[in-house]
Amino acid sequence: MRKFIEKLVEGGLLISGSVSSFTILLIIVFLFKEATGLFNSPEVEEGYVLAVNPENPVEHLSPEQIMDVFDANITNWADLNGKNQDILVFRLSDLTNYYTEEELGDEFQYVPEKINELIHKEPGIIAFFPEQYQAENFQGKIISGATIKPSEFFGGTKWYPTSTPAPIFGLIPLLLGTLLVSIGAIVLSLPFGIAVAIYLAEIANTRTRNFLKPVIELLAGIPSVVYGFFGLVVIVPLIQKTLNLPVGETAFAGSVVLAIMALPTIITVAEDAMRTTPRAMKEASLALGATQWQTIYKVIIPYSISGITSAVVLGIGRAIGETMAVLMVTGNAAVIPTSFFEPVRTIPATIAAELGEAPAGGAHYQALFLLGAVLFLITLSLSIAVEYISSKRKI
Amino acid sequence: MIKIDAKNVDFYYGDFHALKNISMEIEPNTSTAFIGPSGCGKSTFLRLFNRMNDLIPGTRMQGQILIDGRDIYTKSEKVDRLRKNVGMVFQKPNPFPKTIYENVAYGLRVNGIKDENYIEETVVKTLKQVVLWEEVKDKLKESAFALSGGQQQRLCIARALAISPSILLMDEPTSALDPISTSKIEDLIHELKNDYTIVIVTHNMQQAARVSDKTGYFYLGELIEYDNTRKIFTNPEKESTQNYITGRFG
Repeated sequence: MRKFIEKLVEGGLLISGSVSSFTILLIIVFLFKEATGLFNSPEVEEGYVLAVNPENPVEHLSPEQIMDVFDANITNWADLNGKNQDILVFRLSDLTNYYTEEELGDEFQYVPEKINELIHKEPGIIAFFPEQYQAENFQGKIISGATIKPSEFFGGTKWYPTSTPAPIFGLIPLLLGTLLVSIGAIVLSLPFGIAVAIYLAEIANTRTRNFLKPVIELLAGIPSVVYGFFGLVVIVPLIQKTLNLPVGETAFAGSVVLAIMALPTIITVAEDAMRTTPRAMKEASLALGATQWQTIYKVIIPYSISGITSAVVLGIGRAIGETMAVLMVTGNAAVIPTSFFEPVRTIPATIAAELGEAPAGGAHYQALFLLGAVLFLITLSLSIAVEYISSKRKI
Repeated sequence: MIKIDAKNVDFYYGDFHALKNISMEIEPNTSTAFIGPSGCGKSTFLRLFNRMNDLIPGTRMQGQILIDGRDIYTKSEKVDRLRKNVGMVFQKPNPFPKTIYENVAYGLRVNGIKDENYIEETVVKTLKQVVLWEEVKDKLKESAFALSGGQQQRLCIARALAISPSILLMDEPTSALDPISTSKIEDLIHELKNDYTIVIVTHNMQQAARVSDKTGYFYLGELIEYDNTRKIFTNPEKESTQNYITGRFG
C-alpha cells in the first residue's frame, strides 16, 4: 500500500513537471510562430492594392518610400529612380474629383473600370484602393507584391505601425529606447544597491539590519503601477522643473523609476551573496592587519562576485522587462533617442500600448509578437550569462 | 623582558563568564601551549592577544593585556597595527580564493607595500621558511584551493609570517590535518621558535609536550596551572592537571 502511494506521488510530480515544462514550450512556440508570420505579411496593408501607370519604370517601393510619397515628402518619380514626372497620389476618396456620381453608377458598379481608366490615363499616378475594386482586365502595374523583409524590421529606424498604405515596423528606435532606459537604470541603481548591500552585510549592526532588510524587501512587493504613478506625479514634474525641459516624461524619468524598482532585487541578492563569505575568510584578512574596508573590497567582494553579478543581471532583467511604470513616465515617442532627456519608447511599453488596437492576425499584431520574441531573447541571453558566471569556478 | 603580560583578565560572552581572573606572563622567543578540555576558554584567551574577539558582538573584557609593555586594550590602540605584529593561524586552513602568490602577498599589500620586488622576495622567503617552496614553486599563479590541507595550512603560516610579526598565535593548527602534515608543522614550530614568540592552542597533549617550552592548563575558564612543559607533564602541582594529562577526562 505504501509503495503504491509513493508511486502515485512520484507519478503526480512527474506529470506536474512535464505539464509546466510543456506549457512554457508551448508559449515560446506560439510566440515565435506569431512573430515569424510578420515576414509573410505583405508590405502594403492586406486587402488593398497599390498600382501605378503601366508605362512607369518603377517596379517596387519600400514601405518608407511609400510613406514619403503619400505624405508628399517625395513628389517626383525621379527621386524613386523613375522618369522625371510629378507624382499624382490617388486614394479611393479622390475618385469623385475625376468622375461624377452618375459616371460611377448607382451602386458604384463602374468604380473598378474608372480606376483602371484613370491609371491608364495618368502617367504619374500612384493609386491605393481596395482589392475589390480591381478590374478584371486590370492594366495598371501592381507594385505591392512584396512581403516584409527581416532587414526592414531589424534594421528599420522608424516605427509607424498604423501608417497607410504601408505600415513601417522598425525595431531600432524601440530597442534603443529599451537599452537606454535600462542602462540608465542600472547606472543609477548599481552603486546604490551594492553600497547598501555592503552596509547591510558588513557594517550595520544586527538591529539596524533587522529593521532595514524587511523594509527593502517590502519595496519589491509594491505593484509597478504604483511606482509608475509615483514617477508620473513626483519624479516627472521634478525632472521637468529642475532640468528646465519642455517635457518631464523622458528616458531619464524611466531610468529613475526603474532604478528604484531594481534596488530591492540588487540589494537582497548581493547582500545574501556577501553574507555567504565564510567568517574564517574575514578573520584571516583582519588577522593580517587589514582594515575592515580592505577586507570588504579585497576579500568579501571578490569572494561573492558571482552572487553580485547575479544581482546585477537580475536587476537588468527586471529593468528590461518592466512595462507599466515605464509606459507611464517615458513619454512613449517611438523615435531614435538622441539624448537621455527626451521621450523614448521601450519594447514592453509598445506591446502593452498597441496590442489592444492591433487587429488579431494582422501585420501589426505579428510585429508586436516579434517585439516580444526579441525581448524574450534578450532576457534569455541575460539568464544564460548569469548561469555561466555563477558556474564559473572561483580562483 | 616579558613579551605578553596578561593581568587579571576576565572575559564575558553576554552573561557567560568565559575567562576568570587569568594572569600569565609569556617570555619572548619561546613557545607556549594552552591545553584543556573543549570550552575551557583557551582559544578565547588566545584570541584576546590580537583582539580577534572584538568581532564577536556582545562580548566584554576586564583586566589588562600588555604586549611589549604596552596595553593593547586602550582606545588609542590601532587594531590593524596590533594584528600586523601579532599574526594568527587558524584551526582550519583558510586561504583566500586567490593564487598562492597573492595569498602570501596579501598581508604586505594591505599594509601598503607597493614595491613588487620586495613583495616577491618576501613571498619566496616565507614559502621557503615554511618548507613549502619546493612543492609550489611551479604553480604560484594557481589557486590556493588546489593545495592539500597540510599545504594550505603551511601556506597560511607563510601568509602570517610574511608581514614579519613578532608573535604568532596558532589556534589548533593541526586539528584538521593528517599525521604527516602535522609532524611537518610541528617541525616548523621548532624552527620558528628561534625568531618568534609562539602561542599554540592544542587538544593533542603529545603535541604540547613536543613543541612547547611552557604549558598552561585551562579548565572551566580558569588557568589551573602554568609552568614549564616538562614539569606539567611529569610532576604537576594540581590533581586536575594530573587527571587531564593522564587522560582520565577531557
